[in-house]
Parts: sequence; structure tokens; C-alpha cells
Amino acid sequence: MTYIGNKSDLRVVGTRPDRPDGVDKVTGRAIYGADFRLAGQLVGRILRSPHAHAKIIKIDTSKARALPGVKAVMTAQDMPNITSEESFVGEGPTNFRDQSLNVMARDKVLYEGHAVAAVAAMSPSIAEAALALIEVTYEVLPHVIDVEEAMAPGAPILDETLFTAGVDPKPTTPSNIAKKIILKSGDIDAGFAKADIIAEGRYVTAAVHQAYIEPHACVATIGADGQATVYASSQGHFMIRAFCAKLLGMEISNIRVIPLEIGGGFGGKTIVYLEPVALTLSKMAGKPVKLVMTREEVFRASGPTSGAVVEVKMGAMKDGTIVAAQAVLKYQAGAFPGSPVQPGLMCAFAMYDIPNVHLTGYDVISNRAKVAAYRAPGAPISSYAAEQVVDDLARQLGMDAITIREKNAAKAGTKTVYGVTFPEIGYEAVLAAAKSHAHWKAPLGKNQGRGIATGFWFNIGGESSASVFVNEDGSVSVVSGSPDIGGSRASMAMMAAEVLGIPVANVRPIIGDTASIGFTNVTGGSRVTYATGMATVQATEKVIEQLKQRAAMIWDISPDAVDWKDGQAVPAGANAGGFDPLSLAAIAAKAGKTGGPIGSEVSVNAQGAGPGFGAHICDVEVDRETGQTTILRYTAIQDVGRAIHPSYVEGQIQGGAVQGIGWALNEEYIYDAKGKMDNAGFLDYRVPVASDLPMIEAVLVEVPNTRHPFGVRGVGEVPIVPPMAAIGNAVRDAIGIRMHSLPMSPPKVRKALDSGQG
Amino acid sequence: MSGLSYTAPSTISEAVALLANEAGLAKVMSGGTDLLVQMKIGRLKPSLIVDTKKIPGMIGIREIGGCFVIGAATSGALMGEHAGLVAAWPGVVEATNLIGSTQVQGRASLAGNLCNASPGADSPPAMIAAGAIAVIAGPNGTREVPVEAIVTAPGRTSLGKGEFITEFRLPKKAARSGDAYLRFIPRTEMDIAVVGCGIAVTLDAAGVCVAAKVSLGAVAPTQLVVAGAAAALIGNKLTDAVLAKLDAECQAVCKPINDKRGTIEYRTKVAGVLARRVAAIAFQRAGA
Ligand SMILES: Cc1cc2nc3c(=O)[nH]c(=O)nc-3n(C[C@H](O)[C@H](O)[C@H](O)COP(=O)(O)OP(=O)(O)OC[C@H]3O[C@@H](n4cnc5c(N)ncnc54)[C@H](O)[C@@H]3O)c2cc1C
Repeated sequence: MTYIGNKSDLRVVGTRPDRPDGVDKVTGRAIYGADFRLAGQLVGRILRSPHAHAKIIKIDTSKARALPGVKAVMTAQDMPNITSEESFVGEGPTNFRDQSLNVMARDKVLYEGHAVAAVAAMSPSIAEAALALIEVTYEVLPHVIDVEEAMAPGAPILDETLFTAGVDPKPTTPSNIAKKIILKSGDIDAGFAKADIIAEGRYVTAAVHQAYIEPHACVATIGADGQATVYASSQGHFMIRAFCAKLLGMEISNIRVIPLEIGGGFGGKTIVYLEPVALTLSKMAGKPVKLVMTREEVFRASGPTSGAVVEVKMGAMKDGTIVAAQAVLKYQAGAFPGSPVQPGLMCAFAMYDIPNVHLTGYDVISNRAKVAAYRAPGAPISSYAAEQVVDDLARQLGMDAITIREKNAAKAGTKTVYGVTFPEIGYEAVLAAAKSHAHWKAPLGKNQGRGIATGFWFNIGGESSASVFVNEDGSVSVVSGSPDIGGSRASMAMMAAEVLGIPVANVRPIIGDTASIGFTNVTGGSRVTYATGMATVQATEKVIEQLKQRAAMIWDISPDAVDWKDGQAVPAGANAGGFDPLSLAAIAAKAGKTGGPIGSEVSVNAQGAGPGFGAHICDVEVDRETGQTTILRYTAIQDVGRAIHPSYVEGQIQGGAVQGIGWALNEEYIYDAKGKMDNAGFLDYRVPVASDLPMIEAVLVEVPNTRHPFGVRGVGEVPIVPPMAAIGNAVRDAIGIRMHSLPMSPPKVRKALDSGQG
Repeated sequence: MSGLSYTAPSTISEAVALLANEAGLAKVMSGGTDLLVQMKIGRLKPSLIVDTKKIPGMIGIREIGGCFVIGAATSGALMGEHAGLVAAWPGVVEATNLIGSTQVQGRASLAGNLCNASPGADSPPAMIAAGAIAVIAGPNGTREVPVEAIVTAPGRTSLGKGEFITEFRLPKKAARSGDAYLRFIPRTEMDIAVVGCGIAVTLDAAGVCVAAKVSLGAVAPTQLVVAGAAAALIGNKLTDAVLAKLDAECQAVCKPINDKRGTIEYRTKVAGVLARRVAAIAFQRAGA
């Protein structure tokens, strides 16, 4: 059924009730990964490589084992040596063998911070002492950090068995280029030949971390019968179960994963680092083992997203029609293949209807931590370059930066370079909202500039399960398999309440563990409110069917003669009989006599997620003497389909914008000459602090996605796509110089001002 | 897993004896916002911590005949709340109040900030510009030295075994004088100075500078006293030419390092920029 209809008919959806998880979070009662403990648990610690690239000659753990209080010491030898196999667990394709080698290095360490051994001990100090007693003999190898250096002939090779995929004929020498991808449409040369003007640029981005506040943490316990339980905060407890089963050669049914509250993930918690280690240690020690990363470990050993080099060239006609667009993307994958270069290619020009497009992508490994998903993986990087080139086209033409985008805007029926034809989308509505927003016309002062950039993300559906139960007193429980990282419990409760016609306060939403709800994909790809929401709505509708049947039974009429209205069963019409309405509570009270408990579980593989588009307008002021950029005003406009809980939708948009501001201005992985990360902490890895930011104004445009009962589109990823280009365009406007690399940190901007070149 | 003892004596002489007699590494603790962090990351492994906060006088601010005596362990928050101190030495207070966040302000002290001996510490340049004196207790009694004589190299001080700072003295503020401090950081807070600059000036009735002291932080292994910069100010009003000379003098003495927080080139340029901006504030506070 659809409930899109008239927005004013909705009573719960679109309102802003307090979030069900709010009180626990602000009072400290919520149990996050590191808060959980089991009786008798041991302290786990991981020994990590001090080298960027080295052969492991020998690991001697005998002294550590002999230390009193040490209960287990493990290396990769204690895990199965699994063969190469593609995996679609988590967000984006990976390889089980790579995952295994990333969790614990076997023959080689590929980055500083790569795990080589682990211990479980009676106390933190014993565990630390045990780590110091493990003797690892390395043969240090030359390393490579930079993406283009890794691609160059003669670069240190990380994996002798890796040959570039996607080139013909198949290469005979190994390479750090895991894959070359080409996407094209039309005829690029003919396109450029038609162009009156050309704009182009080479842009460099730094690797940046998701920087979730909560470090990875878990407790694992495995009994003598092989029954394992893992307590962990993640973006997908079914993901943890699948990886642990595969990496440890266990049966899925023998692993139960219980989700704990999650303190941010942004994509970075869609793969495992600790859980297989904790399980292995627990098995060896016969006790529960807890592992918690330090912030330093989070930076050094968990996934940032790619740094990259992106070259973009675009051609337009005098009237602003873009006729050709070309890009080459070189993305760092970290130590194992799997950068988000593919979505980077797909998203680069997705906002536009361009006849001739040619995109080349390279997935490149180097001696860095393996990248993990980060909000709209890949898209912010390519858009950062493409949207500045569009800005340059507009400047050359003397055209308004929104007008040129309107002129080329993708709309329903536009065929993308990757073959999909867009259904109804809100890009034009977003541009119109941007153009009419007061911000676009507001006056600017000296050394100030304004920029706009737009962005696209697919949003996905996928497998989700939800169950809805009516409790004995008529209150309702909603259980889903989706970890809540963005307010999804609130949204599930609200959708169920809306469909049932009851107050949201009567609905309690929780997250079920892997043994108590059907399979559910990770919370990622902006899929939960869409797909899990769909499962929740369908389960609620099934419950209503049952409620109608029960009412029919009580009234002794046909179920067809019962309607469900405003949270009550009512006779469908005059012919049905003159019965007083039966409330949910009244029906629940009689459930035992009418057939037993009322409830339903629905599992879906949701298709038809609605593409999302956003436009960000940003004003900056640049201090020409220090090179410091201050964000003065920021407006983020986005088509959200329909906002179930507008505050959390705005929160997603604000959060994405803020992470983008950090990416644009100060965040970067800094390496020393030995290939070691030099800023593995929040002091020198500079995420924005509150005082750096103006209030981010989020403007919600609602073009409903007709394939969701309430019109939902995903909202969590689009908002990190435009910020870097919007800020880049604003800085260009303020100082007259185009900056070509991220972050646009004060020393870089000052240097550009001194040299006249960015 | 060697042991760690913690003690909080109630007299200066007790503290001196504890520090002097400890065979292992003894560390004085004021707020602990540097010390505990360094212990946590394993950089420091003391065997004894002597917490000075229980010693009378270590926390608190006294005004004696226009001079200010600030207990060495006094927190930044207490300094910011002391109206008399803020009025007399706004530069010293604003430098101290830049340290960390509200939470850190409740603990962080002048002595800790100075004796941690980080080139990027915020309060030392302001203290040096203001002419602050450190009072040191030790096995051989008490001595008084200017603040610039304490730090000898990153992480090192001129304090001998058993010595610690008990208080700082700020001189009586002269008529028509003013001080100021600014730092440059890439963000707006929770960061370490890429460059810091403290300046104190005294003007005559005509607005001409008669005394000046300029100190730079984060551009050399220790805080610098920039005599050439002070000379550029003395005898002058703050004209564009004087500002340019001040900028050049400050740049000339910089010996920074290239690191993740800033390049040599950048730090040097920004030292000049900050000096100009700080001088403008100090002159204005002095009534120019
Ligand atoms: C989150 C955070 C943010 C920070 N931000 C800043 C900042 O913006 N700017 C800045 O400059 N610093 C900053 N710091 C560093 C620190 O807070 C300051 O240096 C602070 O002033 C140290 O004072 P304390 O009393 O806590 O020192 P402690 O940690 O108690 O001591 C520091 C050192 O001084 C020695 N010491 C302490 N008292 C005495 C004494 N009386 N005599 C001799 N030696 C002594 C100790 O032995 C130790 O070596 C920050 C720290 C944190 C944790």
C-alpha cells in the first residue's frame, strides 16, 4: 500500500518526536561496544607492524606465552589459511582472503599498524607486557604510499600475484594496479570537437578517515561445544556473523552476534577487524575475550577512504550545453584491492545529461591501511574535481553556476553512463530551491567568496527483515535487523505508528540479534529507512489484517466487513453492522481467545531505491595573510523523497556537510619517510570542532520515491558529496585562485596566494 | 610493570624532600593534563608523582601592591575569573585561557604549561612578554628567575633535581601599558599553536612606545625573546613602516622545523603576521 498521498494526512510521519534511544544516549546508560563486559572476560591486545612493508620471517611467541597471566597468544597460523573468494558481505565487494590477511598478516605486513599477533591476558598491563615479549623478525621491504608512485613502473610490488584486471591482453607482470575500469557513452572526441569552450583540471585528494567517535570494540565467547556469541557495535551484525564464519571456517548457525549501541560508523564499520581475533583467542583461552581499539589503532589499521588523483576535462557550447565530459580516476585502495573507484566513476557526472562521456578508473594498492566504505564511497572524490570543472565552465561562459547546471540537469528519463535510466528524481527541484534561496543572492564582503556544488548518490535497497508484535496491553514492538546509526529506530516506530494509526509513543522499536530476526544487510548505502522501512510497513500491514480478522471474529462478521481506521477496527459500512469500534488494546486483550498472539515478520529484498541529489551553497572568508579559510554560511539542499523524522534527516545532512568541511579544509593522512602515519590522533588529524562551523542550514526538498510506501529516498550519503567542491568553488571565488588539492589547509592556501598558483 | 607511587604533600619542604630523594623518575604534577597524557601513551614512566595542589599557596591569585602572585598550580579557569588580573594582564590571561577546552581549563596550570617545555605552549610567550618571574623552591632554598630562563630545549628545563616552581610574579602594570597574545591554529580551538606571539608595551603620554617586550612561540626549540622586534617598536608609534619592521624582525629570528603542523616557510611568515596583529592589540590596550 502507499501512504504518499497528501502529506497533511500524515499524523506521525513528518513530525519530530523524541528519539527512542535518546535518553539512554544522553544519560550514559546506552551500552556501546567498549561498555559491554562478561564475567571472567580476558583483555585482548593486538601487536601491530611498525613497518610499512616487510616480510615476516619469524614470529616467536614463546616468551609471551610463558608470562604468568597470559591465557592465549595467536598469530595468523591459528586461523584457517583461506583461498581467494569474492565476497559481497558488507558494503561493496571484497575478497575473503584479503579480509583474512587484513585481520591478521600471514607472510607479509603491508602497512604500518597491520596486525601480526594478539594476546589475551588477565589484565591490561599483563597484555601489554606480553605484546612486548613477542619477537617478530621482519625483512623490511621498500614501500610505496603515493597512488601515482604505486602505479609507476619499478614501484615496490605489494602482491606478486596481482595482475591488472580489465586490460587486454592480460598483463604478464604483476602490478599495484588491481583493476582498470572504463565507462563510456557517445563519442568523446566528437563531443570535444563540438565544444566551444573547454575546462579541465587535475585534482588531488588526501585519504580521510570516517572518524567515528566510538573505536571498534567487541567481546567474543565460544564454548567447548563450538557455540559462539559475539557482542559488538557495528553497521551489521549479520555481516560480522558472515565474516567470522568464513574467516574461521565455522558454521553460521554456531555464531550468534548481538548488536550493541553504535557510536558512529559512516561505512567504516561494515567490515571486521577484531571479531575473528577475539573468537580465536576465546577458543584458545576458554574464556570470553574483549578487544577494544585505541584511537591510534583506529587511524592506523581501520579503513579510511581513498586519497586520489582525478583529472577532469569538460567541453560546452556557448549556450552552456555540456557536450563532452572525460575523467581519469586513480584511487588508493590501501593494502588490498577494493577502492570505491567504480562508484566514483558512476557518480562523477551523474547529475548531468551529457551525450559523450568517457571515464577511466584505476584501483591501486599501496602500503596504507585497507580502505573501507565512507559515506557515498567514491562519489565525493570524483565530484570534488568534476564540480569545480563545471564551475570553471560557468566562469568561462559568464553564466550563473546554477543556470549551467539547470541547463544540463538529469531528469526522469535521462540515461546514465552506467546504463540506468533515471526514474522521477529531484535534481531540478533541488536546483530550483537553491536558486530561490536567499543565500544565493546575499551580499559578500571583502576576501569572501561563494561556491555551489551538487552531488548524487544511488541509494540502495536490499535484504531487510522486520517484525511487528502487538503486546497484551495493545502496545507495539517493532524489531528490525538494522543497527541504528542515524535514527532508524525512530523512523521504524513512526512508520509503524502511522500505518497502525496510533501514537508513536505506543511503539517500542528495538534491534534484534542474528538469532532473533531474519537476515538483514548492513546499515549502509542509505538503505535502512527505505528497505527496512518497507519490511516494517509490510509487517505492520499484516498485523492490521490480523487485527481486522480478530475484530471480525469478536463481532462475528466477515473480515472483509472490517476496516482499520485511526488505530481501531470499525465496521466497513452500514451493512456490516452497528458495532462500536474496537481499539488495539481491546483486540489485544482478547487475543488469547481469538487465536493467540498477534504479530508478523516480513523479510524483503527491496528494489527501486530512489536516487538522491543535493546542492550545497557555501560562503567562505579567506585570511590572505594566514591562508585560513572560515566557513561563514552553509546551506545544504537535498531531495529526501519524504522525511520520516525531519530532525534526523536534517541531522544527516548537517553531519555530511560537516564531514565534508573537514575533508575540504584540514583532514588528511600524513606519512613520514618510512611510510608511517604521522598524525594518528585527533590532535593532528583535524576534524572540525563545533566552533569552526556556522549553523548548517538543511533545506528538505520532497520528491517522493513512489516505490516506497511513504516515498522515502536514502538521505545519509548525498550530503557528503558536494561539500569539497562547494568549498573549493567558494575559495576560488574569494581569492581568484583555483586550489587543486585537499585539504585546503592554511599553509597551502597561503602558498597559493604567494605564488599565484593553487 | 614497575610500581608507581602517588603522593600529595602539604608543605613545600616535604615536596622538595620527596622529589630530591626519589631514586627513580619523580614528576611534579599540577593539573596533570600533560603528565597523565604522556604516561598514557608510554612516553613517560615515572616512579613517583608528587601532586602539589594540596600545598597552601599553590592554587590561588594574590594582588600585592599592584603585583600579582599566581600559585603555580592555579588553573586557567581561576585566572579567567579574576577580574583584577584580567584587567591588568589581559594578554597573559587570554593566552592561558586558550589552552584546551573548558574541561582542560579546570586543571591546566601555568607551571605545567611552562615546564612541559613544549615549543608550542600558549602561556609562556605571554608570560615572557609581561616580564613574569618564576619562584623556584628546591633543596638549596628558593630562587627567582625570569620565565624565559626556565625552558632550555623541547622537554627540558633548567630546574635541578628536587626543584619545582611554587609561584609566578607579574610586575605592577605601568601606566599606559598593555599586553596581548595571539596564536595561529588551523582550527578555532583544541589545537596546538603553529605560531604564538606575546607582546607587552608601555607608551608615553603622546602614544610613543617607551618599553616593549616581544616573545614568539613554536618557531624555535624554545620561546624566543625578540629584542630586534622590541627595538623596532620603542621610540615609535605603530605606523605601517614600524609594523613592517616588526614583521621582518620577527621573521628574521624564526628557526622553526618542518612538521605536520606547518612548514618552515609558513611558520616564519605567520610569525610576522601575528606580531603585527598582536602589537596592534597591545598598543590599543595601552591607550594608543
Ligand atoms: C585536550 C588538551 C588540549 C590542550 N590544549 C593546549 C593548548 O591549546 N595550548 C597549550 O599550550 N597546551 C595545551 N594542552 C597541554 C596542557 O593542557 C597544558 O600544557 C597545561 O598548561 C599543562 O598544565 P598542567 O597543570 O596540567 O600540567 P602537568 O600535566 O601537571 O604538568 C606538565 C609538566 O610540567 C611539570 N610540572 C607541573 N607542575 C610543575 C611545577 N610546579 N614545577 C615544575 N614542574 C612542574 C610536570 O612534571 C610535567 O612535566 C592541552 C592538553 C590537552 C589534554
